[in-house]
Amino acid sequence: MSKDERFLQKKKEWEAGTLKKVIDRFPERKTEFTTGSWLSAERVALPESGDFDDYNEKIGFPGEYPFTRGVQPTMYRGRFWTMRQYAGFGTAEESNERYKYLLNQGQTGLSIAFDLPTQIGYDSDDPHAEGEIGKVGVAIDTIKDMEILFDGIPMDRVSTSMTINAPAAVLLAMYIAVAEKQGVPRNKLTGTIQNDILKEYMARGTYIFPPKPSLRLITNIFEYCSTEVPKWNTISISGYHIREAGSTAVQEVAFTLADGIEYVNAALKSGMDIDSFAGRLSFFFNAHSDLLEEVAKFRAARRIWAKIMKEKFNAQNPKSMMLRFHTQTAGSTLTAQQPDNNIVRVAIQTLAAVMGGTQSLHTNSRDEALSLPTEESVRIALRTQQIVAHESGVTNTVDPLAGSFYVENLTDKIENEVWNYLNKIEEMGGMVHAIENGYVQKEIQDAAYRYQQEVERAERIIVGVNKFTISENAPGGLLKVNPKLQKVQIEKLSQIKKQRNSDIVRSRLAVLGAAAKDPDRNLMPFIIDAVKDYASLGEICNVLRAEFGEYQESIVL
Amino acid sequence: MDKKTRILIAKPGLDGHDRGAKYVARALKDAGYEVIYTGIRQTPEAIVKTAIQEDVDFVGLSLLSGAHNELFPKIVNLLRKKGAGDIIVFGGGVIPESDIPSLKEKGIRAIFTPGTPIKDITDFIETVK
Repeated sequence: MSKDERFLQKKKEWEAGTLKKVIDRFPERKTEFTTGSWLSAERVALPESGDFDDYNEKIGFPGEYPFTRGVQPTMYRGRFWTMRQYAGFGTAEESNERYKYLLNQGQTGLSIAFDLPTQIGYDSDDPHAEGEIGKVGVAIDTIKDMEILFDGIPMDRVSTSMTINAPAAVLLAMYIAVAEKQGVPRNKLTGTIQNDILKEYMARGTYIFPPKPSLRLITNIFEYCSTEVPKWNTISISGYHIREAGSTAVQEVAFTLADGIEYVNAALKSGMDIDSFAGRLSFFFNAHSDLLEEVAKFRAARRIWAKIMKEKFNAQNPKSMMLRFHTQTAGSTLTAQQPDNNIVRVAIQTLAAVMGGTQSLHTNSRDEALSLPTEESVRIALRTQQIVAHESGVTNTVDPLAGSFYVENLTDKIENEVWNYLNKIEEMGGMVHAIENGYVQKEIQDAAYRYQQEVERAERIIVGVNKFTISENAPGGLLKVNPKLQKVQIEKLSQIKKQRNSDIVRSRLAVLGAAAKDPDRNLMPFIIDAVKDYASLGEICNVLRAEFGEYQESIVL
Repeated sequence: MDKKTRILIAKPGLDGHDRGAKYVARALKDAGYEVIYTGIRQTPEAIVKTAIQEDVDFVGLSLLSGAHNELFPKIVNLLRKKGAGDIIVFGGGVIPESDIPSLKEKGIRAIFTPGTPIKDITDFIETVK
């Protein structure tokens, strides 16, 4: 067979296999896709000449190894990405209202922002929580708050993403228990917990416990969900915050995948089989404004992860090799100056995420360099996604930039650079070591410093900041969190502590503490029992703090 | 020889967004100041203790979670209570313009919002020191 014949053969196999399987179950949105001038838009445009073997090896067909062109054979011709706006502030009541608003506006999944005390496992009445309650997200102290948060929202029909890491097990336990009260069994629940502690040590900062017990909690969740909550994404391995901290696109992919390798190793070490959990791993990336580099980044990330899973970990199930990811547009690119310009930045970043093949997307609001977004700003951000989905035409074909000399070249370059980092980190003994010795933080900070110096010297132009500036009045109409909220939330918690059966709570916590001492016990069932009896998040985390200790930041400057 | 100006860059509150704090710390160091950085998630008490122990002239506070109205004035008050009211406090982060007048009234001498060039901060330090 000649090369051309082999390629045609391969195409036929893909059509009869991977493509047919999906189309039979999930038909495309339309029977015919056309451009604005009614030219037919091909599902997957393919090379007509050239080195087909090279194409097959590096790019291939969508929905097939190495997944460079996407994890689905039809991508957005089948279904758009999930439009998922990260939201939450104040009390559970206020956030519940915002979620219902977003669902009414056509949003298709929820994404919960928790306040910082919740993220770090402090109750609202803890002195550490002062000033922070309800500020960057909703305050959750007990299961009561979670019940209010989901009041009137059908948990069997909405998929929920929760940005929670160190106490992820506790919030997941609350979610499972509230669903049960709604009559929704846990095996019907869909959603994601971030549950990615390693990036907290290097970038985001909401850690509680040291790496070893943290990895145990993560593995406990993998194991518990693999049988009990099988449709749940048990982790969202996140490059987003690494990038926000100032890393390059290459570093974002490298450090995220290195984290992924560490989690896989931890799960394998606990005795799990690779294919029993790898399909539930998901990722979370940033979308910046360097459009073509970003598209190349997403494509390279898919290809590298597929290789890692197949070659390093011997995964057999193709699902285990698919890098599925959520994207958020880049908060760090938003400017406080001329904030409406941010709408344009977000639109470019949306295109990057979509042409890069994201599974879900959060678009930032124009006013987020100033404060929490208003309802109007959030609507524009959501409309930006809807415009790209319905009007731009980029969703009519799969991986539209494949075969572009520039994009393929960048994809290869990013891949090479990422492998260099991965090899270096492996030589250091893995990501935990690379974080503990400050290597990763230093790499990120050096990139952040270099970038900012370029901005200072106006070698890098930020429109409205170091060029095209105007004098402007302070923008009005910003969202303010009610300062009385702190009192309200503390009062609510103290009521619950009075009303609950404190003997049961004490015994639940004691049993949890005992189980924590034995590294072979899975803590999830104990945590679920404790939250059901209204043990608070802070109480549960304090039991674990007593057993596990707390992480101390290694300061790298 | 004059004692070098000493600056503590501190992160009160619980947010982990330290990119700005670290950038300012490093840039001030490059500009010739002695700079100490606390790391994230510091209580007001811990920040004040470090400021006094390290005998600094300035404390620069960075906060992006919205807790500045509570925590910035608390730090100024604690410094005064400990007899270190001469230490000059400034701040930065995601801070709405409308909060700035009341923060200044409460003793925070300057607020630098996103996009501020480092020169604005060094000019401020040189003017008030």
